[in-house]
Amino acid sequence: MGLEEKLPSGILLANVEKLANWSRKSSLWPATFGLACCAIEMMTSGGPRYDLSRFGMEVFRASPRQADLMIVAGRVSQKMAPVLRQIYDQMSEPKWVLAMGVCASSGGMFNNYAIVQGVDHIVPVDMYLPGCPPRPEMLIDAIMKIHEKIKHEPMGPARARLKAERGEELALPPSSVSHARAKDREERLKTVPHNEVAGKRSATIPLNLLEER
Amino acid sequence: MGMFDPLKGFGVTFSTMFKKVVTEQYPEDYYPTAPRYHGRHQLNRHPDGLEKCVGCELCAWACPADAIFVEGGDNTEEARYSPGERYGLDYQINYLRCIGCGLCIEACPTRSLTMVNFYELADDDRQKLIYTKEDLMAPLLPGMEQPPHPMRLGESEQDYYVHGPELARGRGVPSGETVETSVEEAIQ
Repeated sequence: MGLEEKLPSGILLANVEKLANWSRKSSLWPATFGLACCAIEMMTSGGPRYDLSRFGMEVFRASPRQADLMIVAGRVSQKMAPVLRQIYDQMSEPKWVLAMGVCASSGGMFNNYAIVQGVDHIVPVDMYLPGCPPRPEMLIDAIMKIHEKIKHEPMGPARARLKAERGEELALPPSSVSHARAKDREERLKTVPHNEVAGKRSATIPLNLLEER
Repeated sequence: MGMFDPLKGFGVTFSTMFKKVVTEQYPEDYYPTAPRYHGRHQLNRHPDGLEKCVGCELCAWACPADAIFVEGGDNTEEARYSPGERYGLDYQINYLRCIGCGLCIEACPTRSLTMVNFYELADDDRQKLIYTKEDLMAPLLPGMEQPPHPMRLGESEQDYYVHGPELARGRGVPSGETVETSVEEAIQ
């Protein structure tokens, strides 16, 4: 990603990684990439009612060089695809991509020649957010999950190898459960459908939360 | 333009300081959606635990985004999953395509497919966002048992459809809980 790749392994300790990741996650600056109706919900999320500035990300930067999170909000047409890629390339590392809405994630209901069937054909996507359009809470939920990913991102190839050897899988529980105040958590977990905590999707809820249930 | 107009403008800003804060502290606080909000899908069960899905594929045909895949299967005397002849052998909803329009719910002839209010679906894995049958099935409530098992509540599927809510009460399924997701009862 930068300096950390050039350093010999063992120089950077896990705590430095934690500090760097914490500072990265605490002020993600999104690039404005509103393409369609999802952008309206994205703007709402930045407005006073949902207030993204609570997470240090109220500044939707017009210049990609100042941004490190691209929220692709809306359907990407074939003609827009190269523009999207260029904006992604212009963003400085480290950077993340959030595919907001079903159109950005997979083409959604527009299964035709004009629309790119998912932005992961063009750029690497870190988080898929379904919904048409997703409500602001869903966007905040996705952003919280991206924060969680950033917090556990390995710094440099040596740390990445170490994490891969341990076989750690990152749990991405619903934000209203993982961020709930301790006294509300039990109550909140009851509102989550049982399938979300069992079977294939069980990895989405960390074990300590399951035990509490 | 009057002399005090700029001050009036600031007055609006200033008076806002004394108004109630409108911000919802979402991840810490949870605000329930409207009761009929179109969230995640759910495949419902009859009061004895048999599945309501009959594998007719009407939901898949109704879907404008082609997000639903259904494969029907035949019930046999040894393995019965739903009252009647057919059941949903395989059922998948691709949430990367689903636009939550609810046309599948309207199309469903048995009220098998309904929606719950859960919406926090974001994930970094495409595979996990294709929900299969076990991800969508409603929970087994008290009085229900896991299929396959024979029809416990009548001789034919007609009994299930005509007397559903009564049977649920007789079976001891807690009231207010979801045999369907709503409290609606079938008009007889």
